[in-house]
Amino acid sequence: MTERVFSIAKSVLAVAVLLSLASAGGVLGYLRQPRELRFEPPVAADLDWFRLMSNGIGGTPPESYFALGKPYEADAYNLSQGKRLYAWFGCGTCHGDGRGGVGPSFLDGWWLYGPEMVSIVASIRDGRPHGMPAFRDRLTIEQIWQLAGYVQTIGSYSPKVAAPSRNDDKQTRPAENRGPAIILFDEGPVGVHPDQGPSP
Amino acid sequence: MAVASACSGKQSALDPHGGPAIHVEHLIIGIVAVCTVIWIVVIVVLGLALLRSRRAGAEDANSEGRLTTVVFAAVAASVVIIAGLTIASFYTTRNIGVPGSAALTITVRGQQWWWQVFYAGSDASRGFQTANEIHIPVGTDVQVRLEGVDVIHSFWVPSLAGKQDVVPGRSNSLLLRAEKPGAYRGQCAEFCGLQHSHMAVLVIAEAPADFERWAASQRGDALTPADPDAAAGQVAFLAKPCSACHTVRGTAAKGTTGPDLTHIGGRQTIAAGLLETTRGSLAAWIADPQTLKPGNNMPMVPLTSVELQNISAYMESLK
Repeated sequence: MTERVFSIAKSVLAVAVLLSLASAGGVLGYLRQPRELRFEPPVAADLDWFRLMSNGIGGTPPESYFALGKPYEADAYNLSQGKRLYAWFGCGTCHGDGRGGVGPSFLDGWWLYGPEMVSIVASIRDGRPHGMPAFRDRLTIEQIWQLAGYVQTIGSYSPKVAAPSRNDDKQTRPAENRGPAIILFDEGPVGVHPDQGPSP
Repeated sequence: MAVASACSGKQSALDPHGGPAIHVEHLIIGIVAVCTVIWIVVIVVLGLALLRSRRAGAEDANSEGRLTTVVFAAVAASVVIIAGLTIASFYTTRNIGVPGSAALTITVRGQQWWWQVFYAGSDASRGFQTANEIHIPVGTDVQVRLEGVDVIHSFWVPSLAGKQDVVPGRSNSLLLRAEKPGAYRGQCAEFCGLQHSHMAVLVIAEAPADFERWAASQRGDALTPADPDAAAGQVAFLAKPCSACHTVRGTAAKGTTGPDLTHIGGRQTIAAGLLETTRGSLAAWIADPQTLKPGNNMPMVPLTSVELQNISAYMESLK
């Protein structure tokens, strides 16, 4: 009799623990990533004020970017919006599905201007030599950061905690939420860009 | 009271004004009537059985035979009734199908969270595009081709036709027909994300002559703004990111991802039925779309107050 009571109590306890863990997970997920649909105008305007090194490679994001918690690198909503913009603004025309085409690939481990967000934002906003157009008149600065976050995710060296929405079409390349991307690059970019030196 | 008021007006399946919706209404009324009669009969028999006391010696040699007859009669009646309802349902389905030759074909693309509407051109006239407002001639069969862009939506104008899913990657068809002029509201009937509830569509049925007049005006390019504010607004519109997503035919704005704004001032509502089209509501929408319809794909474009005034004047002038 007592044994039965014990076993029932144990199952009730197990269910209770499971439920509280699940709800704690939900609360934690919400706290980690509350959805920010737009920033206050001065904050958004500040996103324009990053500093770039004089050679156009790398630099410092604005202070407010850190205060906001780097929202464009590992926030699933922003990455999804970036993926939408990638399709809407014809990035695929030159960069294909991320493997490049007329324009450089994002998946080969080579970042012509470095993998930093600031470099990617600058490339999209101001354009780059050899054909990359400037998008500053076609996208708001918030959208440019969203798109840059997505582009960085396509070719990131290490896995991110967040991923954009899945493709509805056939996968033609490793998904953005794949395992450690470094595995993909281990074969080395040497064969891909022999003219650009032995390592990325 | 609230329930009764929902049964009339411009969006109700119980206030049908078009062929398909009338067929559906007849079917549902027929099924409800038959089921009501059956329910009453069952409850009366049950009540009698409960009230009647069992008589001593009622079971004679013939009672089992009588009961068998009763059970067989009930089974036969059920078969006949269900078959009848099935036939009625098939008949209705056949009647709301799209006929082989519809007089007018419109393509509607559902996307998060608005309806893109294409009217095809012909040899004599060019096609045009509009958004969230469909005009149809009264008394004409209109075929609506439904295409999905991002996720599954459902096109439902209760007063005119039944629901039809809008699925990415395939094309569905729906017959739309209005017997009486009027404005019939519809909305997305399949949960499609954050702003599912703000994805309305207005079907305006008008006399064929009025419809032709409307179509002719829609085919034309956007009006050149006469007012100086609106002219300045056009310049700002073309310089800002607005024109990267929106088309205004006759100008350099050729974006295709947002609604076509060539004749936005002539539409009754903006943002898929969210607000009436006035200069004030246009300004409010442009100033902060993410607060009025959180999560939609229009960004907040930084504008000065003068630019905002001018652009909303320009939008209003695009009749």
